[in-house]
Amino acid sequence: MAEYQNLFTRVQVTAPHYPGIPHDPRGVWVRGVKASANYWLGKIGDAQIGPFYLGSTGVASILCFIIAFEIVGLNMLASVNWNPLEFIRQLFWLALEPPAPQYGLRIPPLSDGGWHLMAGFFLTMSVLLWWVRTYNLARKLKMGTHTAWAFASAIFLFLVLGFIRPVLMGSWSEGVPFGIFAHLDWTAAFSLRYGNLLYNPFHALSIVFLYGSVLLFAMHAGTIMAVSRFGGEREVEQSLDRGTASERAALFWRWTMGFNATMESVHRWAWWFAVLCTLTGGIGILLTGTVVDNWYLWAVKHGVAPAYPTTFEPMTDPALTSGAAQ
Amino acid sequence: MKNQILLIAALAATLGLLAACGERPPIETQQIGYRGTGMEQNVNPRRREQIKAVNQLGGIQPPADASGPLAKDIYQNVQVLSDLSVGEFTRVMLSMTEWVAPEDQKNCTYCHNGENYADESKYQYKVARSMLKMTRDINTNWKSHVKETGVTCHTCHRGGPVPQYVWYAYPGSGRENAFVGTRAGQNSAVTGLGITTIGHSSLPYDPYSPFLLGDLDIRVNGPTALPTGNRKSIKQAEWTYSLMVHMSNSLGVNCTYCHNSRAWAEWEQSTPQRTVAWHGIRMARGLNNQYLVPLTEVFPANRKGPLGDVAKINCQTCHQGVYKPYFGESMAKAYPELQGVKSPAVDPAAAEGAVSTEAATAPSTAAPVTAPAVEAKPKDQSKMAQRSGPTTIAAVFDR
Repeated sequence: MAEYQNLFTRVQVTAPHYPGIPHDPRGVWVRGVKASANYWLGKIGDAQIGPFYLGSTGVASILCFIIAFEIVGLNMLASVNWNPLEFIRQLFWLALEPPAPQYGLRIPPLSDGGWHLMAGFFLTMSVLLWWVRTYNLARKLKMGTHTAWAFASAIFLFLVLGFIRPVLMGSWSEGVPFGIFAHLDWTAAFSLRYGNLLYNPFHALSIVFLYGSVLLFAMHAGTIMAVSRFGGEREVEQSLDRGTASERAALFWRWTMGFNATMESVHRWAWWFAVLCTLTGGIGILLTGTVVDNWYLWAVKHGVAPAYPTTFEPMTDPALTSGAAQ
Repeated sequence: MKNQILLIAALAATLGLLAACGERPPIETQQIGYRGTGMEQNVNPRRREQIKAVNQLGGIQPPADASGPLAKDIYQNVQVLSDLSVGEFTRVMLSMTEWVAPEDQKNCTYCHNGENYADESKYQYKVARSMLKMTRDINTNWKSHVKETGVTCHTCHRGGPVPQYVWYAYPGSGRENAFVGTRAGQNSAVTGLGITTIGHSSLPYDPYSPFLLGDLDIRVNGPTALPTGNRKSIKQAEWTYSLMVHMSNSLGVNCTYCHNSRAWAEWEQSTPQRTVAWHGIRMARGLNNQYLVPLTEVFPANRKGPLGDVAKINCQTCHQGVYKPYFGESMAKAYPELQGVKSPAVDPAAAEGAVSTEAATAPSTAAPVTAPAVEAKPKDQSKMAQRSGPTTIAAVFDR
């Protein structure tokens, strides 16, 4: 058991492959029976690979993803005149841009954003199909569908960014470019355009849940590893039949902050923090431009943004007096 | 042992990645506004010497006698510096040789025909005449930007015929109308031919054409909390962002030199420098349209960009990495000759007309001593509009 004290995974169980519970044989693709083991994968997870079950939605999802990936990648490669070396050198800069604003919600030429719409469509289909698969697999295994609904929260943010908000704004150009630096620049430009997203309360909530998720993750993982010498990693057993690991972990947090989660509730905390991160974020994006045009002025209007003493001589907009000022 | 090697390799890789970011810490920070508002300036002390080295004042000739006969009465074809004495005139000529002529041609014949100094056959002669008008125009009519510091030829030229930082219209990658792989004017890491990435970003790489040649609206923020008709797109914000990063790089300052980054648009919270910069944008735009574009027919092909356009200015042309050229030291003060108020500003409409007709560009010996007199335009906003030039660049913008 002392192996658990390390910060890295040290335990690799070698055993006959486990094929999983009997499954419902309906569907086009039936789960395979072949499985193998990988030592290096065992370093970070279970060493067993397979048996796989893709199913029709899995296959369709992968196909859609490949199409989207190829559209983006080939556009990037074409933009450097099909030069593979330049493709690698400039990879972080390259992107597939959304259509120009003048097209509104019409279908633009392929070269002027049409490829972006097409890539967006297939990527969305891929994600939605993968969601169906996530849901179905949970059902087939007689599990709850918590993972699917958490995933749905992330998909909501994705749809808001690429589909719902552009439709509400009446322009596909509001979408996010597919590119590494390009989408970061887009994010900064989004905040610049709408008067500082940091004054968007839903953006603030999203950050709370993002950082909160990280904090919870560290607290929970740290706690469980710390009490694993008492069997604390058997969390389900511990939540039903609280043993010394659970008692010690609880006492540790009560001493630390006067309150502790339980072996069960900490997972609900984590689930909600993760789900609310993208849910609130999506709401914040959805409101931007559609309901609020300038978040700074909104914050001033509602007494959120404080006024600071000025340290510069007062200025007015020179555009108002440009005739005289040249 | 094996783990340690892995750990060291990972550390080395991380350091390598960080080193690729360019500027290492520590960065010096100076507070410039109210505490807690993040109004501060960041300076990399390791770049200071290098920036100082390229921002040394040029040579200043000893002052000349302002009395005595006027140059126009002694020499032929003196059109711009017609109010100077012979001594002052010679002083300017000597200085220009030092400031502008190439290293291996530091003599009068870089611009003049050695046989006849009034001869206008060399393109350098015609360009220099226009640039003298421009310098005087800047020092007289653009005090909103250059204040009392003023400019000389050296502010941009720094001892060479072509200023180091100029820009040309980007010829494109040849894929503008391609079926696949169009770039929409951004997303490139390529530098060269007057095209540089804007602060290593993937932002639009030519913010000059729409903003410093055309007069597209720079502002993207709406004036009200809730939507009231501001239809500026996120893409447009990227172009504005690109121009702003260009300004930041050119001046060696960060955003808070002019703006309070909590509310970019608010003038009440901006620093006074923002007003100066606002006029600077108009100045660069005005000068490009009024003086540089009209020289298109004058310049030989080897001085032009790939699309046959003249070299044009942006913020970096004068600033060269410093918030004020030469850190605010004035060279122009030593040159009252270049302050000349007697030269009327050239009407941009007339200047534009001059480009289109050969007759106007071919200098006439019968030309009046001063620049063609123009009717004074009413002092209203139309003057700004005239300075701003064509807006056909909108097509570029929208992509």
